[in-house]
Amino acid sequence: MKIQPQDATATPRLLEVADLTVKFALRKGTLPAVSGVSFNLGPGERLGLVGESGAGKSVTGFAILNLIAKPGFIESGQVLFEGRNLTALPEDKLREVRGDRISMIFQDPMMTLNPVLTVGTQMIETLKAHRDISDKQAEAIALEKLRKVYIPSPEKRLAQYPHEFSGGMRQRIVIAIALLTNPALIIADEPTTALDVTIQAEIMDLLLELCRTENMGLILITHDLAVVSQVTQKIAVMYAGRIIEMGLTQEIISNPLHPYTQGLIRALPQSGSGRGARLEQIPGIMPSLYNIPKGCAFNPRCPKKCAICSDETPALLSRGSGSLVACHCV
Amino acid sequence: MALLARLRESYLLHSFLRDPVAVGSFIVVVLLVTAGFLAPVLAPMNPYDPAQIDVMDSELAPAWIDQDSSFLLGTDSQGRDILSTILYGTRVSVLIGLGAVALQAALGIGIGLISGYAGGRVDAVLMRVADVQLSFSTYMVAIFLGAIFQATFGVGRYEQIAVPFLIAVIGLAEWPQYARTVRASVLAEKKKEYVEAARVIGLPSGRIMWRHILPNTMTPVMVISTVQVANAIMSEAALSFIGLGMPVTKPSLGSLIKSGFEYIFSGAWWITLFPGVVLVLLILTINLLGDWMRDFLNPKLYKS
Repeated sequence: MKIQPQDATATPRLLEVADLTVKFALRKGTLPAVSGVSFNLGPGERLGLVGESGAGKSVTGFAILNLIAKPGFIESGQVLFEGRNLTALPEDKLREVRGDRISMIFQDPMMTLNPVLTVGTQMIETLKAHRDISDKQAEAIALEKLRKVYIPSPEKRLAQYPHEFSGGMRQRIVIAIALLTNPALIIADEPTTALDVTIQAEIMDLLLELCRTENMGLILITHDLAVVSQVTQKIAVMYAGRIIEMGLTQEIISNPLHPYTQGLIRALPQSGSGRGARLEQIPGIMPSLYNIPKGCAFNPRCPKKCAICSDETPALLSRGSGSLVACHCV
Repeated sequence: MALLARLRESYLLHSFLRDPVAVGSFIVVVLLVTAGFLAPVLAPMNPYDPAQIDVMDSELAPAWIDQDSSFLLGTDSQGRDILSTILYGTRVSVLIGLGAVALQAALGIGIGLISGYAGGRVDAVLMRVADVQLSFSTYMVAIFLGAIFQATFGVGRYEQIAVPFLIAVIGLAEWPQYARTVRASVLAEKKKEYVEAARVIGLPSGRIMWRHILPNTMTPVMVISTVQVANAIMSEAALSFIGLGMPVTKPSLGSLIKSGFEYIFSGAWWITLFPGVVLVLLILTINLLGDWMRDFLNPKLYKS
């Protein structure tokens, strides 16, 4: 099944993911974690990858960097980034891209910083891995980036260890590290999940501001539709390893076409829905990789299920409104 | 200076000073080791220099027992001052202990790190090699190699290179202790996100291994290092006691105990007793320090 995503007349592309399939070779067989995922990103464009746990969002993020750990492997597909196919690049060339042109931000900032090295050491090390510069120059760049993420008195902070920072501050440090090399793309894998709500908003605002001022592309991996709707221009909704709906953020939030996306949006609390109104939920759970249903993976939970749904996997097609949807019944 | 100031404010120092056993052990270890290394300055005579030894002084009792004796802890069968031989012997024992542990650590940490990080077949092969190594006891390896060495090069040559030989034997026999400990820690550390983050940053594997993972595995390494120093000193003493360690002309604590052992029943108990006491004291205090360090570095262990 070939998917022809989007029109080619759009802006010049930063990232072009085409028909990406990632599988995991386990004892029970080879299981698909991501199947035939395709999307594009222009320079400075912000995309939200949305879905429940296990939908394949993070795997897609790692696959872009060609960093799938065994027993996983990229079975097919292309990741064209600035004209280079990352899935076919040798390891040493990949290292030039990772952390230089593409940076990644993870969920838990306590875990992503090495506890035994000072923040300064880790920043300088990152820079020196990619640039041929002296410690002094690297330190100057590190200071500049720390100021960009609004860390007060960065000179003092550079000599401190990760445990001397609060959670929100740590995530700022992580973002500053991601900014060091002026990447063209940042992949943020649930960057605010480990933080409390007020800090979440701060960090998201910061990310948005930085993407705008530095003209960076952003892939925001999250299960939080509210966050995505504030930050991104495009949304791709994933379910059981496939993109089931993709389009402009406004369009998808206001007019979701896929029953799953509709369910997700109805599950959000709406203002003005009155006290005591119950939130709707989607019955059932996401299928595990071991037994993805035949046909449309969503069909056992789908309220609009029809006969063809359990036989044939729907293709991701344009349905007139500008969004792409993979559903037989739209 | 900054490091010193940091130490003064640290919890490490605070916890150390509140534990009298640790402080006492530390003082004893430092005293014994400095006394050993200052032996040429402190010792009344040089037991390596035959010109200073008078056979007529042999087997004299300690000065506080025998009025005629001018030797504080008595003399051995060759007329060497026991105090001096203990000082020189401590130096030899500590040197071999530290040297052997340095070799064990270098080999074990390197192999453990590669084994844990690489995983798969490399890991399996290296760990089986470690298992094979552990299935030969230290003494067996030492006896085997020592016997071959003494037979090929003769006892005369052996005396000259006994120290590096013992370091090599004890070091080679015990490296799996380090390799296993480091490997276990690496397996736990490499799953953590900062390693993933380092890979995402584009750092090469070698750098991630040595600079990011290794420092995070140092806690257990510090604990086993203290215990291993004590073990290495004990191994050396045991080998010397059965005549495969340091020769009597360049005695370590073990060979001193052995040389006096033959005279115990003729009444010259001091030749064996004093080196024995020093050996026990040294090993006991090193182990007590190791215990304290383990308790300090592992907050999950509570002392009742």
